[in-house]
Amino acid sequence: MSSSLLRRIRIVFSTLVFIFFVLVFVDFKSLIPTNYINTLMFLQFVPSVLKFYDLKILAAGGFLFILLLTLLTGRTYCSFICPLGIWQDLNSRIGGRIKKKFRRYGFKRPFTILRYTILAVTLIVTMVWGVYMITLLDPYSIFARFMTYFAKPVVIIINNFMAGILGKFDIYTLSNVPVKGFPLIVYSIPAVFFLLVGGLSLTKGRLYCNMICPVGTFLGLISKISLFRIKFNETACTRCGRCAMRCKSSCIDFLKYDVDISRCVSCFNCIHTCQDKAISFGIVSFKKKVHETDESKRKLIVGSLLLLFGLSRVSNGQDKTAPKPKKDSTVKENRTCPVCPPGGVSIVDFNKDCIACSLCINTCPNGVLQPAYRQYGIAGIMQPVMDYHKSFCTYNCTKCTEICPTNALHPLILEAKKLTQIGKAKFIKDNCIVKTEKTACGACSESCPTKACHMIPYEGNLVIPEVTEDICIGCGHCEFACPASPYKAIFVDGNSVHIAAKKPENVQSDIKTPVEFPF
Amino acid sequence: MKRRDFLKTSIGGSLAAGAALKMGGFDKLWSSAPPAAKYDMVAVMGGSPDAMFDLGIQELGGMGAFVQKGQKVLIKPNMGWDVIPELGANTNPLLVKRIIEHCFKAGAKEVYIFDHTCDNWVNCYNHSGIEKIAKSAGAKVVPANSESYYQQIEIPEGIKLQKAKVHQLLLETDVFINVPILKDHNSTRMTACLKNNMGLVWDRGYWHANNLNQCIADYALYEKKPALNVIDCYNVMVKHGPQGVSKEDIVSMKSQILTTDWVAGDAAAAKMLGVAVEKIEYIPIAHKMGLGNMNLDSLNIKRIKM
Repeated sequence: MSSSLLRRIRIVFSTLVFIFFVLVFVDFKSLIPTNYINTLMFLQFVPSVLKFYDLKILAAGGFLFILLLTLLTGRTYCSFICPLGIWQDLNSRIGGRIKKKFRRYGFKRPFTILRYTILAVTLIVTMVWGVYMITLLDPYSIFARFMTYFAKPVVIIINNFMAGILGKFDIYTLSNVPVKGFPLIVYSIPAVFFLLVGGLSLTKGRLYCNMICPVGTFLGLISKISLFRIKFNETACTRCGRCAMRCKSSCIDFLKYDVDISRCVSCFNCIHTCQDKAISFGIVSFKKKVHETDESKRKLIVGSLLLLFGLSRVSNGQDKTAPKPKKDSTVKENRTCPVCPPGGVSIVDFNKDCIACSLCINTCPNGVLQPAYRQYGIAGIMQPVMDYHKSFCTYNCTKCTEICPTNALHPLILEAKKLTQIGKAKFIKDNCIVKTEKTACGACSESCPTKACHMIPYEGNLVIPEVTEDICIGCGHCEFACPASPYKAIFVDGNSVHIAAKKPENVQSDIKTPVEFPF
Repeated sequence: MKRRDFLKTSIGGSLAAGAALKMGGFDKLWSSAPPAAKYDMVAVMGGSPDAMFDLGIQELGGMGAFVQKGQKVLIKPNMGWDVIPELGANTNPLLVKRIIEHCFKAGAKEVYIFDHTCDNWVNCYNHSGIEKIAKSAGAKVVPANSESYYQQIEIPEGIKLQKAKVHQLLLETDVFINVPILKDHNSTRMTACLKNNMGLVWDRGYWHANNLNQCIADYALYEKKPALNVIDCYNVMVKHGPQGVSKEDIVSMKSQILTTDWVAGDAAAAKMLGVAVEKIEYIPIAHKMGLGNMNLDSLNIKRIKM
């Protein structure tokens, strides 16, 4: 192929993917249909692996396609599909504008020990304990969190500003969206990664991808046997070194006519930059190469792996991932268990599969999904948890279950969701306005979609809430609406395992259609 | 939830209810001669919501008695719940549409619709069927989901409620038409005119926490009162209100009450629902505060059966 065409295809394709990603995550009005989003998520490597592991159906096998693609063309994924990768390329470009030096890379030795250690640790932790390392390091999730925690609020603020201006002209096509922040602590992780990945990509190209990212390292391993690669035409090459200078992965050793294929992300910048047309992308040709093995390195890797396995055995007896009930009896809202979103099946299952990408948090039209900071324990940090002080789970909605890329939230049809009990409302009479103030309230019961929370006679003309737990689905509308403070008079205690709620029964009223005015 | 309204600015002075309001400072508007109101209340039964309104408004002298040329009108339906029209949790969309049409016919410059919803507002506006039909009739359907749309007002004579934040459009429009749907209510026993006002204000929680019935009555003191109340009694939720669970909660009453006196409207609505007026505490409170007349016997009521 002609020299710059491949690169141009890469830029156009990745730009589209990137724009789509950004739109999905800043789409605070849920304008993008779920199936489009699911298509986009299908090819995200880590979510797809987890979903496939859960469902074991090919329809969740986007990662197989990525593996195949990698076997064919190397780490194309990293340049074409990975949103974090594309974002880094963007940063590198910006870096080059700031300082020319930032865009002159040159060959560097790989951080072999570091990257394989991280990959190994991630794999082991994932297999032994759960998704926690992946949660931190999956590039898709990292990018998704940048969007949810930083980009979306900015977009909403701009929207609100414009909605304010339009409102002055009596135009209401844009509406004000109240910005509700998250607990400060959940910003810390995305902030650290933003600085780390952002800083590295601004000044050092794809160093993050080739030093830390476990997906990059893993695909790098596979691409070592890929069919298509960057090749040197040694006779045409004048060893000018431009290719190495432009290589974001710092993986071209032009003096040896060698490309470290495990780090090459198939960006095709080298082909584009080569004035001698000495670099091409084509089927691999094997040349004899003296293979030197660094035994000491191997020993170190093996040793660290063993150590890790050993550690995992030791710590296996410790704290399981399921959140411990917090037995805080002094607090009137005695929550024993956090409420995990519908479709999560059980908190243990959910915690195992969720990589905290925040897509559901982003999508929830009610903003009831909030990143956890301690509800699920430290391991479940940033996974979504229902926060009924912020909002409630709207009855006619299944968005989060439809959109989860890892199947941590199983898809629920609306009828099933309406009968999925994720928690139970608990009434605390001593907090209730009706008892404390002796005045009417009923905010909880009027909000209840199933009338699990209903009013029964109290003193005089007053009525007071009562909860029928078996038809309660734990949507939290009662808790959200309850005006009691600082402790609510009704709250939802999560079910550690979701169960089926009973369908609310209803009988036709015996009030008849009037034939005369009763007044 | 009801809206208060603007009797003052609206020529609504035309109505008998106007006499109960403070008119101070609005002499100019008052000066356009109001047509004499024949009835305090018109009750219609037996037709479709839009046909009943046509008939009812005619008996009240037509929409021109309430809306003058070039005025801005706020219509406040109850669309607070994410529930389809058949389940009677929200004002009938056909009725809303017909009122909008009458307003424009009377020369309204703009007609606005909003509600501070209890469920997700986008879903409520959508599934109530009101947003679509109101837009098609030319009204502006306005968000009310953010505190930024609300402005502080004072109700100095309120007993429990002396301050509230109301939607800015209540303040900016000339005529307020209150269009509640009659429903059972789990705590106050009934929701119609006065309780519809809760969709005009931002902080409903305060009402719930500070003697709900008194707050409902207190808010009715606020100077912007409705020129007209239209109570939708077509599909009436007689239990499990105000949200309802299923169609078993609904009784088809095919009725409508149009009145300039919202306390009287609520008293009549209570009869429709079969609840003693005294049980609905905010009605006698509002009556005692002089906000209207709950003694239907002393009112001039026109009853129409179609």
